[in-house]
Amino acid sequence: MSGNSEIKDRYLKLYKDNIERISGNSSPYINFFREAAFEKFKTLGVPSKKDEAYKYTNLDTFFEHDYKSYFMPAPSDFKKAEEFRCDVPDLDTHGIILLNGFYPTIYDKLRQLPSGVWIGSLNEAAIKFPDKIEKHYGKYAQSETDGLIHLNTSLASDGVFVYVPEGVTLTKPVQVVNLVQSEEDMFNQHRNLVIVEKNAEISLIVCDHTLSPQKFLTNAVTEVFVGENSHFDIIRVQNEHNNACKITHTFIHQEKESVTSSNNITLHGGLIRNSTYHYLGGEKAESYSYGLFLTDKWQHVDNYVNVDHAFPNCTSNQLFKGVLDDMSTGAFAGRILVRKDAQGTNAYQKNNNILLTDDARMFTKPQLEIYADDVKCSHGATIGQLDDDALFYLRSRGINKRDARLMLMFGFAHELIKNIKIEPLRDRMDNLVMQRLKGELSRCASCLVKCDNLQNK
Amino acid sequence: MEKDQNKILSDVTSGEYKYGFYSDIETEQIPKGLSEEVIKVISKKKDEPDWLLEFRLKSYRHWLTLKMPAWAHLEIPPINYQDIIYYAAPRKKETLKSVDDIDPELKKTFDKLGISLEEQKHLAGVAVDAVMDSVSVKTTFRETLAELGIIFCSFSEAVKEYPELVKRYLGTVVPYTDNFFASLNSAVFSDGSFCYIPKGVRCPMELSTYFRINSANTGQFERTLLVADEESYVSYLEGCTAPMRDENQLHAAIVEIVVEKNAEVKYSTVQNWYPGSREGKGGIFNFVTKRGMCKGENSKISWTQVETGSAITWKYPSCVLRGDNSIGEFYSVAVTNNYQQADTGTKMIHVGKNTKSTIVSKGISAGRGQNSYRGLVKVLKNAAYARNFSQCDSLLLGDRCGAHTFPYLEVENQTAIVEHEATTSKIGEDQIFYCNQRGISTEDAIALIVNGYAREVLNKLPMEFAVEAQKLLQISLEGSIG
Amino acid sequence: MLVINNLKASIEGKNILKGVNLEIKPGEIHAIMGPNGSGKSTLASVLAGRDLVKVTEGSVTYFGKNLLEMSAEDRAKEGIFLGFQYPIEIPGVSMVNFMKAAVNEQRKHKGLEPLSASDFLKMMREKKELVEIDSKLANRSVNEGFSGGEKKKNEIFQMAMLEPKLAILDETDSGLDIDALRVVANGVNKIKRPDNSFIVITHYQRLLDYIVPDVVHVLYDGRIVKTAGKELALELEEKGYDWIKKEVENNILA
Repeated sequence: MSGNSEIKDRYLKLYKDNIERISGNSSPYINFFREAAFEKFKTLGVPSKKDEAYKYTNLDTFFEHDYKSYFMPAPSDFKKAEEFRCDVPDLDTHGIILLNGFYPTIYDKLRQLPSGVWIGSLNEAAIKFPDKIEKHYGKYAQSETDGLIHLNTSLASDGVFVYVPEGVTLTKPVQVVNLVQSEEDMFNQHRNLVIVEKNAEISLIVCDHTLSPQKFLTNAVTEVFVGENSHFDIIRVQNEHNNACKITHTFIHQEKESVTSSNNITLHGGLIRNSTYHYLGGEKAESYSYGLFLTDKWQHVDNYVNVDHAFPNCTSNQLFKGVLDDMSTGAFAGRILVRKDAQGTNAYQKNNNILLTDDARMFTKPQLEIYADDVKCSHGATIGQLDDDALFYLRSRGINKRDARLMLMFGFAHELIKNIKIEPLRDRMDNLVMQRLKGELSRCASCLVKCDNLQNK
Repeated sequence: MEKDQNKILSDVTSGEYKYGFYSDIETEQIPKGLSEEVIKVISKKKDEPDWLLEFRLKSYRHWLTLKMPAWAHLEIPPINYQDIIYYAAPRKKETLKSVDDIDPELKKTFDKLGISLEEQKHLAGVAVDAVMDSVSVKTTFRETLAELGIIFCSFSEAVKEYPELVKRYLGTVVPYTDNFFASLNSAVFSDGSFCYIPKGVRCPMELSTYFRINSANTGQFERTLLVADEESYVSYLEGCTAPMRDENQLHAAIVEIVVEKNAEVKYSTVQNWYPGSREGKGGIFNFVTKRGMCKGENSKISWTQVETGSAITWKYPSCVLRGDNSIGEFYSVAVTNNYQQADTGTKMIHVGKNTKSTIVSKGISAGRGQNSYRGLVKVLKNAAYARNFSQCDSLLLGDRCGAHTFPYLEVENQTAIVEHEATTSKIGEDQIFYCNQRGISTEDAIALIVNGYAREVLNKLPMEFAVEAQKLLQISLEGSIG
Repeated sequence: MLVINNLKASIEGKNILKGVNLEIKPGEIHAIMGPNGSGKSTLASVLAGRDLVKVTEGSVTYFGKNLLEMSAEDRAKEGIFLGFQYPIEIPGVSMVNFMKAAVNEQRKHKGLEPLSASDFLKMMREKKELVEIDSKLANRSVNEGFSGGEKKKNEIFQMAMLEPKLAILDETDSGLDIDALRVVANGVNKIKRPDNSFIVITHYQRLLDYIVPDVVHVLYDGRIVKTAGKELALELEEKGYDWIKKEVENNILA
């Protein structure tokens, strides 16, 4: 179904006015996709509530807005990025900072770590490693229904590139910090590519921050290739202000016997939509997809997960949880697809939500689509309140009602936090979640913006 | 063992449709096609009042603006709505003396289907309205029921005899604008049953409607309206069959139920329309809108369905729980074998406080069948303390079929508790082995396990129907089992 | 310390307790026995302050205070402990955090400083040894994935941590094998002091081989119908509950 035509016209003009500038800064191979992708976007448009996959999320207010600046911050802006410091204690990572979707270093745009791993700008990588880009770029981010993926392919200018050679285990995680900061309201799109060759291992932490109070819209696509017998973890921590909209599409392609996990932790943000696509493209692959969101005020968080079992004997597990306060809304759609010959599949999905007020609303849509018979698949979804029996158990040990509730909510959330294998990050997340539940974190951590003043702006 | 089981499972798919005969009954038909003229002809044939013709025309005009829904997990071949006969009725024989006499051919047909139109021969305690093609041919026990003030008759008769009641309730639960097939039905519906249970009356017998498609090229568009006044109770059954034909036939029905304060309606369906051949040729396209309104406090609707027939089933018996403390239930077994496709489930709309709903759905897929559960549980803002529990299980027999689950949970009230669980699995080899070890053959074991799997739903059916349904379940899945 | 007077209580409109009278003095162990559905667990729930149970008549006095007016957590802080028949699983909440919160709440109530992390862990270690609980259990979420026996041992462990004045053990012996039963009973005996009391609710006499009661009551149809010394438990074990039922019926008839 095609979206709002006015919105489409706006992006058509944007494309025409800027395509030369964008192409000029990109490699020919990446440019090669742009026109066809834009044609596709023209047919599909910006998703509306009529699209089954966006049934509960209205993007119009963000896409109708006239953003002053679309592309390329001035070189002076790069300095700000360098000043940013991650304040998670003891978290030792290889850092990459993206500012408004750009790799903000003038020199050293691509660097090799001692282990042989390359990290840096996608644009730079496209020049340096054309063969690797050609093998993987645009191969996994495919959709016949979501116009935003095509919009990204047609207009994204830069993003993060990570390459892990065969047999390499990177012990320190790579941390990508996505900063959004501008004097003007801004729309930005970036594109990331992660290639993990055979028998390799890497963890990626992606932190989303907004550093100025302007209205922001981000539409990001990440493609991940995980080779045979490799391990890949991605943890996304979202901490943006109430006037920001973040849309992420993550495509994880797995070869046989690989193991991956994805964990989306949304602590704060105006409107957030995370689509995660897991493709189990070889036997005995395993995928774990997690998500946690805590919302209040008018926030809206939508997690969409698609797990595609294309080969036999794979295992997948989804666990998504939400705690909704004030008049916030949440949506979850999880789909398990077991293709015809994917015998021996084990696929599980769970979605639990707690509504804290009468104005909060939750919409959930767990789905199973199964075309093979030798499978064990199940899903469960609940929307409700804290468990009365558990509350009584805690109180019968002398813990007062408020603390008991807090403890139960924390326990509810911790079931997702505990899957983070990087200890300092896990502790930090526990801490932030606790603060958030206590209401002490009414704006995002490490954010200088007084978000409360932005309500309903 | 594995191979053995596969062979049995393939035998299972060789079951024959037992109701596929055609009766050579002289039939009055109108030409193919749909237009305002055709609607006027139907209305005239039924000698309807103007308001009903207006209702039909309004529906037709609305239908023209609609497109066939495409959201279901079904592959529906294009349907040419001009290639269908919208009215067909067994011709009354001149030789019959009184109006109550029935054509012996017709009687034979229903006897063959196991439905006796003679009261004394019929199962005690079940009143039947028998509908063939577009008209009701006989309603039994009308007088007995009338003594209690219960109205049970064909829809056409109700329009003539109780126009005020029909007018008051028609389209109040399923408006003519509801969906594509509901609009079509509202325009061309032929006959069906009407039932009114007065205040404080517990209907002493099961009421049932038996639908039979006989003529070729016709569509069946019946409409059932059931009203349970305060403090009343009725258990209602519905059965259906059709001859085997190579072309598809369309069935688009509407069932509306209104339940007042403290009243309860149990609605059971055993749907056995012709499912098509093993190669997927022919069969009924079954597009049905069924909805009940729990209007008063403490009212209750319980839907039970056993769906074994039809080439395509598109059906979501629903409950609008408007009265405080009202209860909605949905129990379903749906079987798809060979090339059958089903997209079925329910909607539970919680409007009133302390409303409760339960959904138990058991899908069984075999052959190349595609079976989908689709359900909506919606808790509106004022539905405090609403409670829902849904359990949707799928059983796969064979590796070419599919089982799908599409639940939608929408909750807007903090005090509500909504839980959904679903599992998909094949028959456990350990279960079969356990039976084998106790001396039960593999084919008996499969029959036993499938029956056990569906038990929770079959138990909800009235006794006579439960036995029937259990047999049907076996027939539709098996050749050698039994 | 505890005086129950003509206590009547119902659950969802159904009368369960129909006039219970009971007095417990410091240092006493009372066993409450009785057939299924006689109201044993309901009595335990009323004493611990479960909202689900509505008290319709009667009074419960605990150290001179009206117990029924106190919230569940205040009762716990005043030294009442309920060992649950079915301990609740709380995913995501670690045993350490759970117990630390409970112990420190109690200390706060007594006007004491919260325990330091190291003192608290030391206390955990000691008590774990006392009840022979697997030390790994303490690092897991509360009761999550515990076996039946582990859950019951965990209840005794919590009791040891909180040092209650009145502990109510609701069928702590059910589902335990003989070794676990001994561990549970030893735990109780080690915690027992002259100033604390126990109510041991059980079906069977075998737990009372290890925890020797001062008084045995039989609860039947919401009332205490018989009270005697520990020999009553043996008699019940031998004869079953039918003779009690008959006796009660005869009394009503007479």
